Amino acid sequence: MSIRHGLLALLERGPRYGSQLRTEFESRTGATWPLNVGQVYTTLSRLERDGMVAQSGEDAAGHALYTITEDGRTELRTWFEKPVDRTSPARDELAIKLAMAVGAPSVDIRDVIQSQRRHTVKAMQDYTRLKAQALAAVERGGARERDDVAWLLVLEQLIFQTEAEARWLDHCESRLIRLSATAPGAPAGPAAPTVPGASAAAPEAPAVSAAPRAHDTSTTGTPGAR
Amino acid sequence: MSTQQPVLQLQNLTRVHGSGATEVHALRGIDLAVYPGELVAVMGPSGSGKSTLLTIAGGLDTPSSGRVIVEDTDITAASVKELAALRRRSIGYVFQDYNLIPALTAAENVALPRELDGTSARKARVEAVAALEEMGLGHLADRFPDEMSGGQQQRVAIARALVGDRRLVLADEPTGALDSETGESVLALLRSRCDAGAAGVLVTHEPRFAAWADRVVFLRDGAIVDQTVRSDADSLLSGQVAEA
Ligand SMILES: Nc1ncnc2c1ncn2[C@@H]1O[C@H](COP(=O)(O)OP(=O)(O)OP(=O)(O)O)[C@@H](O)[C@H]1O
Ligand SMILES: [Mg+2]
Repeated sequence: MSIRHGLLALLERGPRYGSQLRTEFESRTGATWPLNVGQVYTTLSRLERDGMVAQSGEDAAGHALYTITEDGRTELRTWFEKPVDRTSPARDELAIKLAMAVGAPSVDIRDVIQSQRRHTVKAMQDYTRLKAQALAAVERGGARERDDVAWLLVLEQLIFQTEAEARWLDHCESRLIRLSATAPGAPAGPAAPTVPGASAAAPEAPAVSAAPRAHDTSTTGTPGAR
Repeated sequence: MSTQQPVLQLQNLTRVHGSGATEVHALRGIDLAVYPGELVAVMGPSGSGKSTLLTIAGGLDTPSSGRVIVEDTDITAASVKELAALRRRSIGYVFQDYNLIPALTAAENVALPRELDGTSARKARVEAVAALEEMGLGHLADRFPDEMSGGQQQRVAIARALVGDRRLVLADEPTGALDSETGESVLALLRSRCDAGAAGVLVTHEPRFAAWADRVVFLRDGAIVDQTVRSDADSLLSGQVAEA
C-alpha cells in the first residue's frame, strides 16, 4: 500500500499538517487501512529527504505545514499514470492453504473451503450493509461528498474482491467433486476415507493450485486483513 | 428480535422423491426459523435442495415428514382452502422460472392474487400498476408475457410476489435473468420489504446478492451444513460511516 503516494495526492490540494493528512487519508478509504500518526510523520520526513515535500511554516494553531514540491508533483503524476503491477502477485495465504490442503491427510479440504466461505460471505454481508449506508450518504450530497464517493469506491472494491473469492471457493469445491467423481478406481486412499474431494483430487493437484495464481489479484484475503 | 414470533418455521423437514432404487433424499431434517424483518439467503450447489425447501415453505409441495408453520398456521395440517387463502394473502412467491400466465397482461398477472382475494378489480389494478412502477415497468403494464424480455418478465413476477401486504416473501433465484444493476435493484426492494417488517427467504448462487441478507444458510445434500451468524451492522469499519 502506498502511503507515500496517498500523502502526495492529498498535499497536491494544498499545504497540510500531519494529523490532518491522516484524517483525510482515512475519510477517503473508510479507515480500511488505518494509519497512525507516527507512520504519517515517518513518511513525511522521507518525502522531505527525497525532496518531494517541504516544510512551509505553521498554521494559526502552530501545526507544522507541509507543501508538495515540483519533484513531488512529478512523482505523483507518474504514480497515477503507471498501472499497479499485477504480474508478480502478492503471496496469498488462502491460495497457499488450499494448495496445501489438496490431499492433506489431516484435513477435509471441503471443510477448509466451507469455513472460509462462511467467513468471506459474512464479510460481504458487512460490506454490503456499509455500502447501503455509504450510498445514502452520497445521495444526500453535502460538503463531504468527495470523501463519501471515495469511500464508496473502496467499499465496492472490497465487495468485488470478496465476491471473486467466494466464487473461486465454489469453483474449487465443484472442481474437486467433479474430479473425485471421474477419478479412476473410485475408493479413496488411506489418506482420508470420508473425503471424496481430498484424496481423489491429489493427482490433479496442479490443476487446482494453478487457479489461485491466475486469480491472485482478486483473491487477496481482504477479510483476513482485519 | 428473538422475542418475536417467527413468520416461518421449518421443523425437522424431510422430503423424499420417488422410492426404492430411484429414491432421492432432497431434504434431510431441516430446521429453520425466519423472523419479521429478517432476510435469509439460502446458498448451495445445484441439486442441494434449495428449490425443494422453498416450495415446501410456500405450501406448494408437502414434506415427507416435519412441520411448516407460517405465522400461526401449521400449513402441513391446514385444509386446502386455508392453505390457498394463506398463499394468496400472506405469502409472495417468485419462482425460478417466472410462471406468468401467458393470457394475462403484466398488470393482470400482478393483480390476480389480489382479485382472487376479494379486492375490487379497480383497486387491484391500481396496486398492480404501482407495484410495476416500483420495478421500473409502469410502461409495460398492458403487455403480455411473450411481448417482454426475460428480465422484464422476471420483474413482473417479482412485482406479483410483493403486491399487497405479504408477510413472507419467498424468492427462488429472482435475479436469474437480470443484469447485475437490475439484480441489485431487486435485492434492494426485497431488502426494503424486510426492513418494513416482512420475512424473506432468498435462494441464490450469487454471493453478491446473498450478501444483502441478514443470515446466509448453506445447504449441502439436503441438510443445512453451516450459516453465517448475524452481527451488529456497525461492528465493522463503522466509525467512518457513522460520522459521514
Ligand atoms: N419431482 C422430483 N422427482 C424426483 N427428484 C426430484 C424432484 N424434484 C427435485 N428432485 C431432486 O431433489 C434434489 C433437490 O432438487 P432441488 O430442485 O431442490 O435442487 P436445487 O438446490 O434447487 O438445485 P438448482 O440450484 O439446480 O436449482 C435433486 O437431486 C433433484 O434431482
Ligand atoms: Mg432450484
